[in-house]
Amino acid sequence: MATAISTAKSGKVHSISRSEARRRVAERIAAVLFSTLGAIWLGANLIKSPAQFFQAAIGGLSNGALYALIALGYTIVYGIIELINFAHGDLFMLGGVFSAYFISVWFGQTKSSPKAWLIFVVCLFLVMAFTASINVAIERFAYRRLRRAPKLAPLITAVGMSFILQFVGLTWNGSGPKNWNSVLPGGAIDISGVKIYYVTLILFAVTIPLLLLLTFIVSKTRQGKAMRATAQDQDAARLMGIDVNRTISFTFAIGGALAGAAGLLYVETIGTTSYNLGYQLGLIAFTSAVLGGIGNLSGAVLGAVLIGLIQGLNDGLPIGLGQQWSQTVVFSILIMLMVFKPAGILGKQVIEKV
Amino acid sequence: MSALLEVSNLKVAYGKILAVKGISLTVAKGEIVTLIGSNGAGKSTTLRTISGLLHPKAGEITFKGEKISGREGHEIVAKGICQSPEGRRIFPRMTVAENLDLGAFLRNDKAAIAEDQENVLVLFPRLRERLYQRAGTLSGGEQQMLAVGRAMMGRPELLLLDEPSMGLAPVLVELIFDTISKIREMGTTILLVEQNALAALDVADRAYVLESGLITMSGDAKELLRNDEVAKAYLGG
Repeated sequence: MATAISTAKSGKVHSISRSEARRRVAERIAAVLFSTLGAIWLGANLIKSPAQFFQAAIGGLSNGALYALIALGYTIVYGIIELINFAHGDLFMLGGVFSAYFISVWFGQTKSSPKAWLIFVVCLFLVMAFTASINVAIERFAYRRLRRAPKLAPLITAVGMSFILQFVGLTWNGSGPKNWNSVLPGGAIDISGVKIYYVTLILFAVTIPLLLLLTFIVSKTRQGKAMRATAQDQDAARLMGIDVNRTISFTFAIGGALAGAAGLLYVETIGTTSYNLGYQLGLIAFTSAVLGGIGNLSGAVLGAVLIGLIQGLNDGLPIGLGQQWSQTVVFSILIMLMVFKPAGILGKQVIEKV
Repeated sequence: MSALLEVSNLKVAYGKILAVKGISLTVAKGEIVTLIGSNGAGKSTTLRTISGLLHPKAGEITFKGEKISGREGHEIVAKGICQSPEGRRIFPRMTVAENLDLGAFLRNDKAAIAEDQENVLVLFPRLRERLYQRAGTLSGGEQQMLAVGRAMMGRPELLLLDEPSMGLAPVLVELIFDTISKIREMGTTILLVEQNALAALDVADRAYVLESGLITMSGDAKELLRNDEVAKAYLGG
């Protein structure tokens, strides 16, 4: 940094490089300070009560897995058409309501049983198809026409779509929250005082393959190639013979399907549905995507796991601010990060934008 | 000679403003035809319309006797028309190899694709050195080679080249025009849009001069090269 200042010739360049240097120093100091404080906090808790620490971490990771599924929907849609799809959280909510009704009302399952597990699996596929179709339809009828319009028009349309989906949820689920019994096995594995619930394991068993499948689709398949090309330059993609409309529809389908899976998992692990569920979780998932660097797939997962962990640890650790401060902590970290690293954690070295 | 591409009475508008005001042109199999004219004459608009990125307001485009105007971009590529667009439009965050591979997106004849990639790399040895480098890090000239090479990867019957010499150093301009002749020798028909009228007329068989959305002159490229008006307007005296 010192060399950058001394080699700069004109006064203007000089001042730019100095402020840039200052910014970098500030960034580094903030990063060191943060990591040190975080490490002290985690270390103190780990020493005080290791079991509680791991318990909270597992809780945090399972939150993170759910957020990741939703965050990916925001980030792939942003990656391909640079639209923040505000209706995405509500799509997750509808996925949850659909799953709850499918399992507990239409098939009347309220207890864990082999039959209920089968219905859970069937529901996973159906809810993914359900939310994927809604997302594709939203793109087809609302966003597609606005693709060449000023950026604000599709954004406001997305906000409007969010309200429409919430209204559907309100009509379907009622105005208050509803509680549902999980049909997944209720026990837990106990590893020296740390309980790993079966539902948590099932959550990971569904989420991780979905994330791997997504990575495979984007990086290895023909459809993924089309997505990456479309994300970088739509007209150039057309000139390669790529059907851009179909590629965008496919992207919305994938994002929607992940939101549906998240909805089912939420209902089966947390057990509540309400029409405004998508607002809160959607906001957290969106934050995860931004934290990781919006448009970046690994960034969305990283951001989601980080936020999930911070929440889980803050909620569950003996030395901490406690649950009532969780959201405040998460969003304070987001704001700090945005100040020092506006492009998000992985935003700078974006390798693949989709 | 039967026309491979036939554009008749084409009108293209941006909103209410007509950019192409009713032009007709033909390209026969095996020819190099160039469309010259100054900035804003409607050259790129014409190519973009042929490629289906824009839709005509009036008129018709036929390719091998089949109407293609109004079709979508990807359908037109499938018919055998590829374009190296103005401003290169390579995929900056992909490698050179991935860019070339995308040029062959609609093909699945793996062996022939590999063969075509080899042909491109023989034409542009610089690309071979940069094969696994991200395209965004290439120099302007290298990006232009990539854009032309990528369009060739579609193994088109008709290759549309939009300003392939723009912004290039003279030695690279020469290389690009040499390559255009070589591509034709390989059996590809070319419609070339250029501001560098001298080089374009030199390489082409026939030419059209486009002015404010209308064709004002057309004919044998070498005759136009000797034409006074063309010389005054486009060849610097």
